[in-house]
This record gives sequence, structure tokens and C-alpha cells, in this order.
Amino acid sequence: MTTETRPKRRWQILVFLAPAVLVYTALMILPLFGTLKLALYENVNEQQVFVGFKNFATLFGDPNWSEAFWRGLKNNTWFFIIHMLVQNPIGVAIAAMLSVPALRFKAFYRTAIFIPTIMSFVIVGFAWKLILSPLWGIAPGLLDAVGLKHLFQPWLGKEEYALTTIALISVWQYVGIPMMLIYAALLSIPDEVLEAGEIDGITGMKAFWKIKLPLILPSIGIISILTFVGNFNAFDLVYTIEGAMAAPNFSTEVMGTLMFRTFFGHQTQPGDPNMGSAIAMMMFLVILAGVTIYLFFIQTRMRRYQF
Amino acid sequence: MQRVKHNPLNLALAHLALIIYTIIALFPVLIIIINSFKTRKAIFRDPLALPNSETFSLIGYETVLKQGDYFGYFQNSFIVTVGSLFFILLFGAMAAFALSEYRFKGNTLMGLYLALGIMIPIRLGTVAILQFMVATGLVNTLTALILVYTASGLPIAIFILSEFMRQVSADLKDAGRIDGLSEYRIFFQLVLPLVRPALATVAVFNMIPIWNDLWFPLILANSEETKTLTLGSQVFIGQFVTDWNAVLSGLSMAILPVMILYIIFSKQLIRGITSGAVK
Repeated sequence: MTTETRPKRRWQILVFLAPAVLVYTALMILPLFGTLKLALYENVNEQQVFVGFKNFATLFGDPNWSEAFWRGLKNNTWFFIIHMLVQNPIGVAIAAMLSVPALRFKAFYRTAIFIPTIMSFVIVGFAWKLILSPLWGIAPGLLDAVGLKHLFQPWLGKEEYALTTIALISVWQYVGIPMMLIYAALLSIPDEVLEAGEIDGITGMKAFWKIKLPLILPSIGIISILTFVGNFNAFDLVYTIEGAMAAPNFSTEVMGTLMFRTFFGHQTQPGDPNMGSAIAMMMFLVILAGVTIYLFFIQTRMRRYQF
Repeated sequence: MQRVKHNPLNLALAHLALIIYTIIALFPVLIIIINSFKTRKAIFRDPLALPNSETFSLIGYETVLKQGDYFGYFQNSFIVTVGSLFFILLFGAMAAFALSEYRFKGNTLMGLYLALGIMIPIRLGTVAILQFMVATGLVNTLTALILVYTASGLPIAIFILSEFMRQVSADLKDAGRIDGLSEYRIFFQLVLPLVRPALATVAVFNMIPIWNDLWFPLILANSEETKTLTLGSQVFIGQFVTDWNAVLSGLSMAILPVMILYIIFSKQLIRGITSGAVK
């Protein structure tokens, strides 16, 4: 433990804390309140006028707005479901295979599979746009090679497939994150625990389901909440691939693109910072609700093991 | 230590699955890079073939280098990333030291206040951040980006660093105090070198999202002089939708610096992630 803090040391605390607290308060906390304030005001003849919850009433009451908002929220949810069903199981499976001690070339697999994760949305978005383009013919060509050419569709251009395709591209990009975190969690399981299982005849797949999986549940929980926050903030990939209008016909609209378009305006519609802030506040509430549910209902019920 | 023998068939299946997934992960990247070196005709006739003496062409790269200021964009991205990491680590470590070393009124509350930002996506404050930058005249400067990334990186940095700083031996610090070292020298000369691995972890965690961010460069610094590589390639590639040589070369040139950085730092990165930041 530290020794009694003597009065002459007091100044240091201030000096050490000040830069971080100042930057953090000025650019994270105050802007969040700023957004809240803007959401409660309206622009009347170039004057900001306090209108209470009117913007929120418009957002939910006016069918033009509420339809766009619910569509965004629904698409964010679908985005999240795809990530949970595809990205995280694949990540766990790869990590489980990598953690087999006898497996060789681990470093190679790990490095290669993580490469998409380090690339920007811009590169990933354009690369997939080209590959899936019917003009270039890589995707139809590959499907033809396995005799499935009839399955090819211009996925990114069809309303019914576009969002799912973008979600799968995002899964392709981010599988590296659950893979690494689960791999780290699996490595931290002590050998004694696994050996004790082996003595009882629990090996291979059975050891994974019965011993390892329960032990890495907290990591899976953290990955789920990271996925949740990331997915409900999604913007970049949709913007790069389908533009701010969330083509085709708004079918790839997420809350992020709606907020971006509302705030900055697009084509004929002028930007509206007040409505944009109202949408941002709703995004904040959705994320906060998700994190709260996780912290209070899931994490507290999760059993933790200490070695 | 003798382990139970693994079924060779299972190992072979694991290799097969991993090889298939590695191909899925690398194929799109390789196809872009390979085709960027080919003539337009060859790109369409046989997209999967490697360039040969007949189909090799650098025309796309010539277009790209003539049009966009790639080196300027790269320099901007580099300044923003290194600058933000420097301030995240310096301010973060200082705050973490204050929180973990001294007992003072409101210590826990301050810790909670700073940790709150882990949950809040900074993008939601964009509107107000833009107004702040307009008011302070920082719009279209790299400083604006550095400030924003510093603020968004600090919460997790302080959280991780204070965990590590609690493990630094108190005897060592007290010995320093007895030798008459000031609190500042104890921090910079004794504690900081000891938490270097944690600093590396924080740096690699923050590096990739800052380098790749599109949102804040698009909103806060979209002038030609302050474009980052990510924004630059977004705008630039968008202009050349029909010039496939230029698009493929532009993409390859955007991939290249990230790949080089990754290869240099991949050991550090993987060690950082697997060193138990998540338990």
C-alpha cells in the first residue's frame, strides 16, 4: 500500500489528472450534453428555440420520420443478429482449432485470418463491390466453377439481399476480433484443469463443450457486447458500399446513415442538426439500454471461475 | 508433460478448415492486388490469372499518382495516428497514475467518470464536436482529429493502465521517495518504464481504428490538405468508378501501408491482444 499522502503531494494529483480530464470532458462529455440540448431545440428563422420533446414527437409521430427510424433500428438489429450467428461462432471455432497444442503453423493462420480486420471499411467495401460486381464476373465465375452459376445475383443491388450481404462482408472483416480474444481466453485456461478432465476421460470435442466453453463464457459475453455497440453504431461500410442514401431504395438504412443524412442533408433535403441530434440521442439510448441489460441481467448471472 | 495423443485425422480436418478459411480471408485482397498490375483487357478476360509479360501494366498506378496526393494523405494519416497515440498514452498514463497511486476525495468517482466513456460512442456527440471545432477555428486541421481521437481513446487507456499500475511495487516508489525523487520523476523514470507492455497494448488497440476512421475526417477535416489516407482513397476511388485500372491500383496503394504496418507490428499486436486484456 502507498504511504500516507502528505499535503505537499496534493498538487501532483491535479497536474496528473488535468490533461486527461480536460480533453475527455471537452470532447466527449460536453458534446454528448450538447447533442441532448440540440435535440430539444428547433431552428426558427435562424434562431434556436427551445421546444422540449417536439423533435422526438416528430421522430415517432410523423410517418416519414418514424418509418425511417424503425427501418434503421430493424436493420441494425438484423446486422447484429447476423454477427452473433455467423461471426462469433466462426471466431470461436477458429480459436478452438488454433488452441490445439499439436497444431502447427498457428502463427501463419492467425496472422492471415486477422488481415481483413486491419483494413479500413473503404478498402473492404470497394474490394467486395468489385468482386460481387456482375460486370467483372469474379463471383459468377467462381460459382460457375462449382456448377452453381444459377445462384448468382447482383446481391448488393437487390433490396432483399443487400443488407445481409453487407452484414456478411462485415463478418468477413471482423472475424479476427472474436478469434483473437477467444484464443487468448483459451490459452489462459490452466493445464491442470484440462489434465484433470483427461484423467476422467474427457478429451477432444467433449473437453471443448464440457470444460473450455463454460470457462470462456465471460469472454464470449464481452465479445457480444462489443459486437452490439459496434453494430448499432454501424455506418462506414454501408456508406462506402451503398452511399449516404443507403441504396437500393433505403433497404440498407441503419441509424448511422439516417443520422448522417438528417444532420448534413442530402440532395434536395437541407441538413437539420436538431433532428439529427434527436436521432443521435435515440441511438445513445438504444446502446445504453443494451449495455445496461448486459451488465445487470447477464453479467451478474454469469458464473466466474478463479484459478 | 505428456498429453493425450491427438487423433491425426482430427488434426488434418482442423488444418483443412483453417486453410479454407485463410483462403476466404485472403482471396479478395490478393485478387485486387494481382489485377492492379494487369491491362484492362486482362482484368476482364481472366481475372484469376497472374500478370505475365503480355498482360503486365502499371497504367492504373500512373493515373493514381498523377491525380491524388497519395503521399500527402499518407503523411496526414501518419501524423494523426502517431499524434493521437502519443497523447492517449501520455495523458492516459498520467491520469491512471493519479488514480492508482494517490488516495484522495472523489478518487472512485473520478475513475467511474473517466470509465463512462468506454460505453459511449464518441460519434453521438459529432454535432456538438463540429460546433466546438467551428467555434475554436479548428475545422480542417489535423489538430481537430488528434483531439477527438485522444478523447475517445483515453477511457479505455486509463482503465487498462491503472490496472497495471496497481501492480507496480510500492516499495520501489517509496525507495524513490526516500532518495528524494519528485513525484514527477517517480512517474516518468520508475513507473512508466515498468508498464511499457501495457502501453504497447493500449497503442495497438487504438492504432487500427484511428488509422481506418472515415467518420471524423469526413466531417471535421475534409479539405484537400488535411485528408487522411482513408478519406482520400474513399473520395479518389469514387471518382474513378469506371476506370478499373485506377480503382484497383488505388485500392492496392491504400492496402500497402496498412499491410507494412501490420507486418512490422503484428507480433506486438498479437502479444498485446493475447496478454490478457480480456479475462
